[in-house]
Amino acid sequence: MYDLEGYWEAGTVEEAVQLLEDHPAAKIICGGSDVLIKIREGKLAGTGLVSIRGIPLLQKVTLKENGDLYIGAAMTFSHLTSHPLIRRLVPVLGEAVDQVGGPQVRNIGTIGGNICNGAVSADSAPTVFSLECRLRIEGKAGVRFSDMKSFYLGPGRVNLAQGEVLTHIVVPREKYEGYAGHYIKYSMRNAMDIATLSCSTVCKIDLKKNVLEDVKMTFGVAAAVPLRVPKTEEALKGQPLREELYGLAAGLVRQEINPRDSWRASRAFRLQIGGEIAARSLREAVLRARAQEEVRLRGPKQQEKVQIEAEQTGQQQEIMQPESDQHRKEVR
Amino acid sequence: MPEQMKMIQCVVNGRKETLCVDVRESLLDMLRNRLGLTSVKKGCEVGECGACTVILDGETIDSCIYLAAWADGREITTLEGLLGPNGELTRIQEAFLEEGAVQCGFCTPGFILSAEVLLRRGEKLSREMIRKHMAGNLCRCTGYENIVNAVEKVNRERNE
Repeated sequence: MYDLEGYWEAGTVEEAVQLLEDHPAAKIICGGSDVLIKIREGKLAGTGLVSIRGIPLLQKVTLKENGDLYIGAAMTFSHLTSHPLIRRLVPVLGEAVDQVGGPQVRNIGTIGGNICNGAVSADSAPTVFSLECRLRIEGKAGVRFSDMKSFYLGPGRVNLAQGEVLTHIVVPREKYEGYAGHYIKYSMRNAMDIATLSCSTVCKIDLKKNVLEDVKMTFGVAAAVPLRVPKTEEALKGQPLREELYGLAAGLVRQEINPRDSWRASRAFRLQIGGEIAARSLREAVLRARAQEEVRLRGPKQQEKVQIEAEQTGQQQEIMQPESDQHRKEVR
Repeated sequence: MPEQMKMIQCVVNGRKETLCVDVRESLLDMLRNRLGLTSVKKGCEVGECGACTVILDGETIDSCIYLAAWADGREITTLEGLLGPNGELTRIQEAFLEEGAVQCGFCTPGFILSAEVLLRRGEKLSREMIRKHMAGNLCRCTGYENIVNAVEKVNRERNE
């Protein structure tokens, strides 16, 4: 038995907001893979819970007319990884959340929960930072949008008031279009482990001039909150695409990040790893951006073909899932 | 708090169940205590060891960190649900025996269910892929080698 003071299920976001107002001490629960464990550990024992996991609106990924990608906060990691829109437009995000825990946890944990839990080691966070996503938050006063930097207040603390619900992670069109990215998680084990250090690089290249046009780099576990490295980014912008670029990135990162000693790893080790994963994730991101650009420059015909192929593979993914949906309907 | 119960309907191992569960109850407790499905093991209770793995709507989950109330409208399979009409084992269970992938047996139900879902996908699996998809189950006896061998064996048979 979990030590709960009360449990309420919301069917809509408005209902969730109301329930949270009515029960000011209650916490939001979605996937449960963080909250239930905190209750078990005693940190959140005796709490009330408002469940938002049954809100259909939060379980969808939708592409708006203006090209912005709206990711429902209650999307589980595994559904995100296999979602055709994510695979086509922001594959780096799907790959990042595929590194959380193990398969069973990825089948229940959600991206919204991962962000609201506020852990600096959250596997989604560096990529969400590098993609400069906006968070859509609904409360009694209406809807507000927040950037990631002002949302992460400190270890385990986020800027979400009682009565507010994170509904969507929004990737603006101009932040993903033409960009490619890569996430590296450095941890002692390949699974069921928390990152010692992680890095997500998102970049855009100018193939004609052969330069790095834009780059965004964010580290997990390098500070109290996920850390963007603006100095490194500025210095790298406009650099020619050649082997020296990666050594340069590693050196700049080692000067800019300020990791601490902890039982997981020493500061010196984290500095060494930080430079290395920065260089490696940049290398892979550039590789992907190049492939993407080459397709685009080859003309619309080929591009269309690639897109159709992507959609087809996406459809196959979708065919695999509905089996479970059908069962669900039959039971109901 | 005053006892708070919820009426749920779900399908467990092909049988429709209507249950009144405590909202504080985990799915693990429900399956073991209300339905007597003791193949579902209580291990770490924090979603790390995978001993409590069940298949829920076609996906594996740790039933220890899943509330019983959430099972409403879902279809659940435990190891008991794999049993053939005359008590036959599934191919993956046989392969576990053949390959010596079982020692104390506590983790085995969870491993079998993870393997079952993985093998159902029908794709050809590398050892690395098997390891990735079985990473949510811990075994302290076998050292995993024989478990990976068993899954690989069945996968090879089906893709021949």
